[in-house]
Amino acid sequence: MTRQTVSGAMKRRYLKQHLFFGAVRLSAIILTLALGGILFYILVNGIQVISWEFLTSPPTDSMTKGGIMPAILGTLYLTLGAITVALPLGVVAAIYLTEYAKQGKIVRAIRVGVNCLAGVPSVVFGLFGLGFFVVFLKFGSSILAGALTLGIVILPTIIGASEEALKGVPQTFREASLALGVSKWLTIWKIVLPNALPGILTGSILGIGRAAGETAPIMFTAAAFFTAKLPGSIFDEVMALPYHVYVLATAGTHIEQTRPIQYGTVLVLVALVLGIDLIAIVIRSYMRRNKRW
Amino acid sequence: MENNHLDTEIIKTKDVNFYYGAFKALTDITMNFEKRKVTALIGPSGCGKSTLLRLLNRMNDLIAGARVEGEVLFEGMNIYDPEVDPVEVRRRIGMVFQKPNPFPKSIFNNITYGPRLTGTANKSDLEALAEQSLKQAVLWDEVKDILGRSAMTLSGGQQQRLCIARALAMKPDILLMDEPTSALDPISTAKIEELIDELKKSYTIIIVTHNMQQAARISDKTGFFYIGKLIEYNATEKIFTNPDVKQTEDYITGRFG
Repeated sequence: MTRQTVSGAMKRRYLKQHLFFGAVRLSAIILTLALGGILFYILVNGIQVISWEFLTSPPTDSMTKGGIMPAILGTLYLTLGAITVALPLGVVAAIYLTEYAKQGKIVRAIRVGVNCLAGVPSVVFGLFGLGFFVVFLKFGSSILAGALTLGIVILPTIIGASEEALKGVPQTFREASLALGVSKWLTIWKIVLPNALPGILTGSILGIGRAAGETAPIMFTAAAFFTAKLPGSIFDEVMALPYHVYVLATAGTHIEQTRPIQYGTVLVLVALVLGIDLIAIVIRSYMRRNKRW
Repeated sequence: MENNHLDTEIIKTKDVNFYYGAFKALTDITMNFEKRKVTALIGPSGCGKSTLLRLLNRMNDLIAGARVEGEVLFEGMNIYDPEVDPVEVRRRIGMVFQKPNPFPKSIFNNITYGPRLTGTANKSDLEALAEQSLKQAVLWDEVKDILGRSAMTLSGGQQQRLCIARALAMKPDILLMDEPTSALDPISTAKIEELIDELKKSYTIIIVTHNMQQAARISDKTGFFYIGKLIEYNATEKIFTNPDVKQTEDYITGRFG
């Protein structure tokens, strides 16, 4: 082979590499721009109405003035309620699937079921919540019914993330613990679960974002069009940020007039989700210290 | 159940067959292990020596589709009897693995993990136990000032001695070692070998090793395995100088394996 052809082949290879890296870089840039664009647009349009009063007072004048405090609180309640329901249930289900259940047809069927659940349109969950929690269990349209419904919506996410996190804990940890004469349950509780927790939290972060942002599941189960008074118990209806935006943008009589409030509400919703995520991320990085293997 | 077992015996297998699903990994293994002696199990990869080791404290229970026939008598009691709790068996028969596997916890918590979960709650007792175990594993001087530091920061050889200390903290009767030095450098290996020599004064040690010089150096008795069968089981000196079986000689002289 002559020197000429070698460098020719090299050049072609470099060109290919440049093209490939270029494509990778471009997709990363497009993604960042899209995300940044959306956030920037919301920020610019929403920031005008943000004020202490907007955050701390209920809507007034047929919702064309005033604030969104009841909706903020409502979304907080619903989201925290949903995660409170879904996290323990999801983690326990994941422990059963990965640590206890005999791997076979039944477990595979359960997994397929969980994955299907993740793909079900959220309005279906809303209708299920209406039929089961609101009507059958007589919870009425309430925080309880809404949180339970949202909990089911995010359950597949949490089960999936928890399963991955549990599988990520090295088998050698389990062996080491069992070989010391520690029971299987204590091994899971003391070794497997603590080491899987950061991964489980990652799943929960995704779940929180989803729960806070969903409209359809709470539409029939928890959300009120308007209520100035704050909920006194988990059996009260609440306003919620995503539903509030939906109402203002589609069903109100002053759609154009409330446009700034809509943007402001969306901004608050995004900030709220990011805030909750941030807390989870801080907890996660705190737990990840000393957890290198 | 046999009650006339000798004082020098601690654990023995009787006509043990072991299957991974349809694959027969061990055939008719009958073997006595002597108290406070080091017994080495040698043989080429896949000969079943590790399988036998893991059978002695029921670690093979964890493998789906594994099946045992025959008896493993630990102080005269069959540990595969349905009435026997494998967790209890493992408390008395400790294990050290091929790759050091400390928990991502502090050195102190690694040692006290087992005792804490199986009964010892008193803090000063735990401290004394940690010191004693680390001294037994000849690690105390190196870590006594950093007990709160993560075990993951130790070197490979230190981690392995920590794992030995962790097993000793349970005060087992038998210590099973599955190629405990194969992931270590020569200096760490020498330290572990010295340690084994010291430990056999109070413990029964059964060690699987790929390293025949190691078996010759540290063990009192050696069992040679080939394709799931115990080919020869004799005093180490005899095995390495004048084995009874031709196959053993071929293996230790490097003609196959």
